[in-house]
Formats: sequence, C-alpha cells, structure tokens
Amino acid sequence: MELSAEIKREMYWMMLLARRVDERAWVLHRQGKIAFHISGIGHEAAQVGAAFALRRGYDWVTPYYRDLALMTALGYSPTDFMLSLMGKAAEPSSGGRQMPSHWSLRTANAVSHSAPVATQTIHASGIGLAIKLRKEDKVVLTTIGEGSTSQGEWYEGVNWAAVHRLPVIFIVQNNQYAISVPPEMQMAVPSSADKACGLGLPGEMVDGTDVFAVFAAVSKAVERARKGEGPSLIETRMYRITPHSSDDDDRTYRTREEVEENKKRDPLLMARTLLEKEGLLTIAQIDEMEAKAKQMVDEAVKAAEAAPYPAPEDAAFPVYAEEVRRG
Amino acid sequence: MAEITLIEAIRQAMDEELARDENVFIVGEDVGQRGGVFRATVGLFEKYGGERVIDSPLAEASIVGVGIGAALYGMRPICEIQFADFIHPAFNQIINEAAKMCYRSNGEWTVPMVIRAPYGGGIGGGLYHSQSLEGLFTHTPGLKVVVPSSPYDAKGLLKSAVRDPNPVLFFEPKKGYRLIKGEVPEGEFTVPIGPANVTRAGSDLTVFSYGMMHHYTLQAAETVAKEGIDVEVVDLRTLYPVDRDTILKSVRKTGKALIVHEDNLTGGYGGEIAAIIAEGAFSDLDAPVRRLAGPDVPAVPFSHPMQDWFMLNPAKIAEAIRQLARY
Ligand SMILES: Cc1ncc(C[n+]2csc(CCOP(=O)(O)OP(=O)(O)O)c2C)c(N)n1
Ligand SMILES: [Mg+2]
Repeated sequence: MELSAEIKREMYWMMLLARRVDERAWVLHRQGKIAFHISGIGHEAAQVGAAFALRRGYDWVTPYYRDLALMTALGYSPTDFMLSLMGKAAEPSSGGRQMPSHWSLRTANAVSHSAPVATQTIHASGIGLAIKLRKEDKVVLTTIGEGSTSQGEWYEGVNWAAVHRLPVIFIVQNNQYAISVPPEMQMAVPSSADKACGLGLPGEMVDGTDVFAVFAAVSKAVERARKGEGPSLIETRMYRITPHSSDDDDRTYRTREEVEENKKRDPLLMARTLLEKEGLLTIAQIDEMEAKAKQMVDEAVKAAEAAPYPAPEDAAFPVYAEEVRRG
Repeated sequence: MAEITLIEAIRQAMDEELARDENVFIVGEDVGQRGGVFRATVGLFEKYGGERVIDSPLAEASIVGVGIGAALYGMRPICEIQFADFIHPAFNQIINEAAKMCYRSNGEWTVPMVIRAPYGGGIGGGLYHSQSLEGLFTHTPGLKVVVPSSPYDAKGLLKSAVRDPNPVLFFEPKKGYRLIKGEVPEGEFTVPIGPANVTRAGSDLTVFSYGMMHHYTLQAAETVAKEGIDVEVVDLRTLYPVDRDTILKSVRKTGKALIVHEDNLTGGYGGEIAAIIAEGAFSDLDAPVRRLAGPDVPAVPFSHPMQDWFMLNPAKIAEAIRQLARY
C-alpha cells in the first residue's frame, strides 16, 4: 500500500511524540520525581510501523513493556503515561496498581499484560482463536523482546496460531539485548524469524529502524491474517539505545562507543532524513511538531502532578468481576 | 429422577452449557474424538463439532493461556487439564494471568473461564496421576476453587462455574467419577458457588471435608452412628472463597471439629479451616481442632500397599471421629 504524505507525516509525529514523552520520563527520573522508567527509545519505528498497519480500535493488541510508541499510536496519551509514571488514580491501565509501561487500554483493544515475559503471546493466540470461532475479520498483533522468545510460553503461543491458522501477527523487537544478555546467548539461529520454520508459519526479518519497511512487512502479514491465511512472525531489528530500565547500569556490559555507533541508526533521525529527502517534511513543519510535542508533554506532566493518588483502601478492589465499578 | 454417576453429571453440565451459550467451548488434550481420557466429554465433539470441542496441542500453559485470551474476547472457555498433576506447566498462566487480570486492570479486563482438573489418588496412578493440589491454589485471590462431591453438586456447580465472570478452578475427584452415583434432575438447575452444604445433621462433632473425602466421611458417619456417635458433616464444596458462616455455625453447635482432606497435611487447606474456627469459635470448642490429611510425602506411591498407606478411607476417618468424640 502506498502511503500518502499526510500519513507518513502522521507516522513521524507519533514517533516524535513518543520519543519526547520517553525523554521526559528520564528527566523526571533524574529529578527524583518518579521511581521507575523503562524506555522504548530506538524502538519507535518498529512500533509505529506496526500500529499503522492495523485498523486501530478494531484489531486487537497484546503488547509488552517496551511499547510506548505503539501505545501512543493506539491512543494512549502523554498524560496517561505521566499519570502512570506517578502512580496516579486516573492512570488508565490499572488505576495505579501496576508499574508504569504495563499497558492496558480497553478502548484500543490493547489487553492488560503482566511482568513475566511471554505470557501475552499465548493470550494473542487465544484472542485469535475467538476471532476465528466467531468468523470475524479482526487480527491480533502481539509484541515481545528477542530474549523472551526463549520462553516455552512463546513457543506454545506461536505453535497454537500456526496449527489453527489464527489471525495473529507475532512481532519480535530484537534490540540486541535482554537486559545484558546478547541474542547469541538466547538462540542458535541468526534471527528469531528463523524459528518460524520449525513452527510452520512464515518468518521474516525487517529493518526495525525503518518505519516504512516495518509498515510494509506488517501490512502484508495483517492482510494474510485477515484473509484467513494464518499467522506470521516478523523480527524487527533495532538497537536498545537506553539502559534496560532506570534501574540498570549498562556500562557494566557494553561500551559507550558501541552505543554511540548505534545511535547513528536512530529511527527518528532516519525517518526525518528520509521524509526531508522526499520533500514531505519541511524544517518549519518539524519545528511545529516539536513545539506541539513539548507543549503536550509539559501539560501532561502538569496534569499528572496535580492529579490525585488512589485512595489506599481502593487497593482492596477489584479482585473479582463482581466488584468492578464501571463508569 | 435419574440416578447418574459423577462423571455423567459433569458431561451433562458441559453438554447443556454448550447448547445454551454459543460462546462456550471446550479445549484440552484428547477432549475431541476420544471424548477425554476419562470420557468426560464423550459425544460432545460429535454433537458440537471440532470448533467447539478442541483438541489442544500437548502444552498446558497454552490450554489455559489460549483460554484466557478467548475469555478476554468474550468467549466462555472450559479448559480441561487431563490430570491435575499436569497443571504445573500452566501455573504461571493461572496465578499470574487469570487470577490477577481483573485486579491489575482495575476491572477493565475479566477472565470468565473454567479450568477442570481431575484430582486425587487411590486409583493406582502413582505420583503423577494422583495429586491433590487445591492447597496450591486456595492461596490465590482472584481465583475461585470448587470441588464437588456429588453428581448433583457437580452438575449444578459446573454450570455456575461456566456462567461465573471469574476464573474458576474446578477440581473433580476422579476416583469418584464412576463410583459416586446420585439423583440428578434433568435439565436446568444450578448450585451457587460459595455456600458450603451441611450434608448430615448431627450434634456430637462436625467433620469438614470435600470431594472424595466428603463421600468417605458420610460413610464413616454411618458407621459411627451405629456406635452412638452423632456426626454433623459439612461439604465445603467451594474452597475459595470459603463459607465461614456455615463453618462457624456448625462448630458453635457441636463444639468439636475434624477436618479431612486427601492433600498432604502441612500447609494444607485444613490449616485454614482450623484457623477460621480458632479465630471465630474458640470459646465454643470442647476439644482441640483435629486434622486428618494425607501424609507429608511428595505424592501418592504406586505400589498398592504403599498407596493404601497414603490414602484416607472411611475406616481411617471413622477412627479419627471416635478419637475426637472421646475427648
Ligand atoms: C519470566 C520472567 N523472567 C525474568 C524477567 C526479568 N526480565 C525483565 S525484562 C528481561 C529481559 C527481556 O529481554 P527481551 O525479551 O530481549 O526484551 P527487551 O527488554 O530487550 O525489550 C528480563 C530478564 C521477567 N520479567 N519475566
Ligand atoms: Mg531485547
């Protein structure tokens, strides 16, 4: 599918917004205003490219913690994220129960996930099964890090979708690290996409720093899934530019030179260069976007700081569905 | 009214629920053409087809996890774990996912599903076809844990479990599948999840039990009745959440309590009942609370003499009743 200039700019905007929100989280952490941040810097192209391949709000997503840009593209706002970083009551994923970046957004069909990695992969196949049983044409997209594809539950989930030809797109974000452990200590194949052939679905590797390449690859997989032709596995490859989380010190396992070298392939920079070259993005437009992002982030921080914490006794609920208070 | 076996009651409940609600489906190992290794789903594949009675891959985490995904989408899965002993690979999905979904999403996502698992020994199954595992799950808010002991309750409780908006773990006493018979009305009725059942009124002491041990307890109560000991028997039925009121009411009346379960003693479910009694009916007690439980060895041994040593039976229960009555 050929993308219009407008949509290309929209994709760039989503990447930019997610980046600025993410950067502000690091600043807030250094200022001691928040306790924890896990960053998606370097992952924006893969996530925004994937999101735009979906019918957002119609298709389903079971994400993982690195997916700030994906969630942003699905409608999770900077204010939502700031509320979550600060553990405020109005945070939409869990009402302050979960750590930040443990997403859930019912309005976007983005399902709540936990911290144990790869649990969400099986849920995606279950949702895919339900879609198939109901003979609907929705698809499910699920994401994960490359290290987590070592988990048994990941294989079980992908296997299910392959056996039943379920409408699921398995996206692996291979950022070269699982905290400190490199991919060659996780798998004996060059790419997690190679695991697909043992499970019986198409596997493909794509440059995860190229938002339009990811969009094209995921769009193809979505089309396949929607037509009932089954699941696909796509490895998007990028570099984790930040430490694993705000609790990690990555100097203990990688050099500054390595990080600096990889920043040359910063997906935001690459998208900008490409769009400028194509004449689709002017300096004035970029300035405008930057100003808008800054304003949104400033306002989000302000709103979140002013927002109330949950009442302590709200921690008693809702353990069971009967206790859920709607509206 | 027809007299049917425990397993036929379970099969009927599933049959009726499949007919009642098209969102209900069964997933598990060999549940399709084979009708389940215990024949609990016999005839259902033929009647409802392979889309609603699904033979899963041999992977328990995915049986539960796919069920969770489908439930999130609005389906009502009945997941069968072939033997409770094989539920451990799915522990993560049950404890971290199903049980915590409602709470962690502040009620945005709920998991209406049933996990059926045949449990218990005395069938020559050795260590890995005999385990009683309720104690591992009755420590988990967010789950409901049900153990029926009669065909009537099995049918009524299973139908309630299918309709419940929460994850329900349904442990079936497999030794009683064909041994335990009882009258079950045809057609629609349910038994609510939650309340315990006083299955025999008495005045000298109360025995609390569930599942196969409840069946044996009723036999033991008959035996000691001839010796002049008048036993009240309470079938707990729902272990979590537990019916404190019925427990305390009975102890206040009889003044003595014996708890019987097949699961091993230490850290077992009986400890919780003893604590409830100690906290709520201490001044009504005429004797220390007693527990009769499986011995603290890893599981039921295979060889018959050793299996018999492990297993409780009506004679052992009768002897424990006599001792408590003498106190
Ligand atoms: C089951 C489980 N074990 C360990 C962890 C701790 N942990 C959190 S993230 C992580 C590394 C994951 O790496 P990868 O899958 O490559 O994803 P990335 O963080 O690089 O995006 C580990 C070990 C966990 N969350 N879950
Ligand atoms: Mg990684």
